Amino acid sequence: MIDALVPVLQKNSLITAFALVGMIIWVSYWLSNRFTQGRFHGSAIAIIVGLLLAYLGGALTGGKAGLADITVLAGVGILGGAMFRDFAIVATAYGADFENIKQSGVVGMASILIGVALSFAIGAVVAISFGYTDPVAITTIAAGAVTYIVGPVTGTALGASSDVIALSVGAGLVKSILVMIGTPMVANAIGLNNSKSAMIFGGLMGTTSGVAGGLAATDPKLVPYGAMTATFYTGVGCLLAPSVLFLFVRYLLN
Amino acid sequence: MIIYGVALLSICLLVGITLGQMIGKVMGIEANVGGVGIAMLLLIVMANTSKRYIRIDPTTSQGIHFWNAMYIPIVVAMAAKQNVFAAIEGGPVALVAGTLAVVISFLLVPVISRWGGSPSSSAASNTVSEKTGTAQ
Repeated sequence: MIDALVPVLQKNSLITAFALVGMIIWVSYWLSNRFTQGRFHGSAIAIIVGLLLAYLGGALTGGKAGLADITVLAGVGILGGAMFRDFAIVATAYGADFENIKQSGVVGMASILIGVALSFAIGAVVAISFGYTDPVAITTIAAGAVTYIVGPVTGTALGASSDVIALSVGAGLVKSILVMIGTPMVANAIGLNNSKSAMIFGGLMGTTSGVAGGLAATDPKLVPYGAMTATFYTGVGCLLAPSVLFLFVRYLLN
Repeated sequence: MIIYGVALLSICLLVGITLGQMIGKVMGIEANVGGVGIAMLLLIVMANTSKRYIRIDPTTSQGIHFWNAMYIPIVVAMAAKQNVFAAIEGGPVALVAGTLAVVISFLLVPVISRWGGSPSSSAASNTVSEKTGTAQ
């Protein structure tokens, strides 16, 4: 039976992913209703289950794509890849109100610049306090605290060593995962319940995966507003980190 | 037809990513700058103008609503393909830098939200715009 099933699952990898994700969500909503009376959102549990499975996948295979590195489950990589993610994010905009976006557009865009500069500054201070003195290494690690894409882009542009680039990716991944898990827990405390604060949230956090997951588990109605600003963040980070911010770090250290 | 909605969504995304990459080129970086955001704006503008001129019929919007509803499952799959192992094995610098960046950015959300007028709850302003919509 298993011998017959495995090749079928492999050949129809995307369909396998639909079935698997459906089962993860079913179990998560059951857990949410059974043990928390729905107070801890089913989608938040599903995202955490996804992250746990990703850890298992990485530990078992030593690969980079979590669960998707297990051959039978390669379809998870397609379903959870940038193509479907971006497609579904755009679809969430269908219910969004243009007036709300116009109202908060300026402060939303300002929050992107503040968010990039802030995360970079925190990353730089942490790198220095851990004993790094080379401006290229400090800038690369700091860029990783912006997002896990800005880190390697900056490190490659400045010629950082591969272990420093790996660290920057690690910092960005920690950020993205913490935003996914933490957002629904702190949403009330930070006033994340309207379109304006969602746009600011997207601009400050910036990690598209983190914002996408965090807001989905908080209130799906907020997703288009947060995603709108978050999708500009990585671009702005890739622009500023290897240029202005690097020059600033080098100036401060000399 | 449901495919019209799916096609409209696809065209918005393709145009958005193309424009985003062109913006990236102008800025001198190999990245897609805000392409998805541009695609979202395109879809919002189209959905709003077509309410006035052409009507997106209910079956067409089903093609968009389906992908809207697939958003959370796709996010779960996205979580399951993250390199969580590397994030945890990344060492203390990566953990501390990532964690502090998140905590301090969280704290700044309410501070910036106070700028530029009081935040109107999205539910309230939605009903207002719906009412003006029917008045027209």
